[in-house]
Amino acid sequence: MKQTRTLFTALMMVLLLGACAKKPKPVPPTPPPPPPAPTASLSASPTSVQQGQPVTLSWRTENATDVRIEPGVGKVDLSGSQSVTPQDSSTYRLTATGPGGTQDATARVTVTQPPPQPPQPPQVTESLQDSFARNVHDVYFDYDSYELRPDAQTAVQGDAAWLKQHAEAHLTIEGHCDERGSTEYNLVLGDNRANAVKQALVQAGAPAGQLDVKSYGKEKPFCTESNEQCWQQNRVGHLVLGGGQ
Amino acid sequence: MKHRRFKFLLIAIALYLPALAQDQGYFKTGTNMGVQMRLAVPDFKAKPDDPSTAALLKVFNDTLWNDLDNSGIFELASKSFYPTTVPGSPQEINLAQWGGAPVNASLVAFGNLAVNGSEVMVQGWLDDPKNTQNPQVLGKEYREQATEENARKIAHRFADDIIFRMGGGINGVAETKVYFISNRSGAKEVWVMDYDGANQKQLTHLRSIALGPHISPDGSRIAFTGFVAKGTEILMYSVDLGRLVSFPYFPGTNTSPAWSSDGAKLAFSSSMRGDPEIFVTDANGAAPRRVTAFKGPDVQPVWNPKTAAQIIWVSGRTGLPQIYLMDADGGNAQRLTNEGYAVSPSWSPNGQFVAFSWIRHYGPGAPGAQDIYIMDIASKQWQQLTHDGGRNDYPSWSPDGRHLVFQSTRSGREEIWSMLADGSKQHQLTTQGSNTQPDWGSSK
Repeated sequence: MKQTRTLFTALMMVLLLGACAKKPKPVPPTPPPPPPAPTASLSASPTSVQQGQPVTLSWRTENATDVRIEPGVGKVDLSGSQSVTPQDSSTYRLTATGPGGTQDATARVTVTQPPPQPPQPPQVTESLQDSFARNVHDVYFDYDSYELRPDAQTAVQGDAAWLKQHAEAHLTIEGHCDERGSTEYNLVLGDNRANAVKQALVQAGAPAGQLDVKSYGKEKPFCTESNEQCWQQNRVGHLVLGGGQ
Repeated sequence: MKHRRFKFLLIAIALYLPALAQDQGYFKTGTNMGVQMRLAVPDFKAKPDDPSTAALLKVFNDTLWNDLDNSGIFELASKSFYPTTVPGSPQEINLAQWGGAPVNASLVAFGNLAVNGSEVMVQGWLDDPKNTQNPQVLGKEYREQATEENARKIAHRFADDIIFRMGGGINGVAETKVYFISNRSGAKEVWVMDYDGANQKQLTHLRSIALGPHISPDGSRIAFTGFVAKGTEILMYSVDLGRLVSFPYFPGTNTSPAWSSDGAKLAFSSSMRGDPEIFVTDANGAAPRRVTAFKGPDVQPVWNPKTAAQIIWVSGRTGLPQIYLMDADGGNAQRLTNEGYAVSPSWSPNGQFVAFSWIRHYGPGAPGAQDIYIMDIASKQWQQLTHDGGRNDYPSWSPDGRHLVFQSTRSGREEIWSMLADGSKQHQLTTQGSNTQPDWGSSK
């Protein structure tokens, strides 16, 4: 107990001595005019970004001869702005050095993680889809018919050629019908249409293994008005990328 | 000159009239309608006469009138001719008033409805007012728990008891059900309702596309077409279990299942081998056998209900779909319709007729009306039953052969209608959503 008190008293004395020592600071003697101290300011805009997005750093200094920004930027002009893309939240520190000393300025940038993105389909599939959309065409039919019309040949030849070039592609041929006539008759007519397109594609050299068929009859029309223009849109062998439905 | 032409016309009419009369009689007899007896159906009397009884009584009276009016064997005498005193029992009826002018009834159905606590009791009689010595043809009593549903049920039973007695021993259809497709839940599902449109209930919950339900002869299972992940398949719904039961998946498009009358076999259209053909399997889907072999659509088979030895179906082998007949093994195929667009056959229970949907005058770019027809299969004579516009499709016979249910767009939307087999008494049964592909069940 006594020992503790002694220690405490000693500590207090040290502290008091320290405080007393600062007090009688001598006034400097008439100084030569000092070189002006540098000033600096640094700002970031915006101050919060998602990872991967750029931030603009802007700064101004005075009375400086050397200006550096860290991390990752290095020596810069005395005033200016620059775009940076921090990977993580960072504090950018500008150091302005001049004859009159050194001045720091900081700017904080908060980097947030982007929301989890669905795994990007491989680049190959994306271009396959684009290529499919550009090059593969549907095959249209006459009323109550599953015979390929002469004008279908262009589409069939083009589709078959595309399939041969894209062995990785798998297509489903959907058979569709217009709203007229009976539900089940249209369902099997759509089946005949889809198979007629498949046969034509295979005859034109497309590998049968890349093709599936499925009839929707009149259950999923593309157009729901009751006129010939609309009915024609619905009498179709519609090609869809993907298979095994 | 003018006189001679008139004479010729008279001779032509004289020659034609008997033939016409004979034809109509032919269809009339074949559809079990015969001569219509004049029946009076005064409202039943309430015992006690209080408001709670009145609600049940109204349901009962409306249902009984509707059942008898649509039975196809009675002409109902208008209520405006009836005596003012309502008979509630044989002691209260003045037979001379009912048998004489202006009612002129050959039969009177009357009685009373009483609510005792939680029970409703109905006593019903059928009298022949011209047989003064022994007028009573039928006397019946029914008891059920007192609900509107049961009041309706008792009315159906009494109606069917009358129809059975007076209609040549053929069971009435007042307690039968109609299975159909409705999209009112948001997807096409299988639904069921009473034959008069009451009690509409959803059965399946596939949330995909269900098509063309067909109830088995014993009423236990419904075969239908379903769009499932694997393809378009025949699905089997158990009415008893209230869920799908297993049925094999086949490759291709599988649709339009039909039960043989003994329930042992199914016929349906399948493209399992590439082209849509008619296949026959056991009721569980085993042992599929192909029975047609023509390129093009073959679909909508129906069995001869009498023999199960023949199948009528739809084929597009010559272009537009036509109705064909063949032996159940695929032999002796013959075409029944000779023009237009003919689909959706339904074979009458006595085997004599096929009902179907026909665009008889089909022309390029301008399809004609699509109507319901019945054809006498042996003679290929046909009669048109609908004339009221819209697209009429999917006729299905009632088990008594006196009625047909079908779908029509005449109201502006696909709805289900019923009619007598001579085309009279057409009634709309559904009003919510699009309702299609009715199938009249043969059991209660």
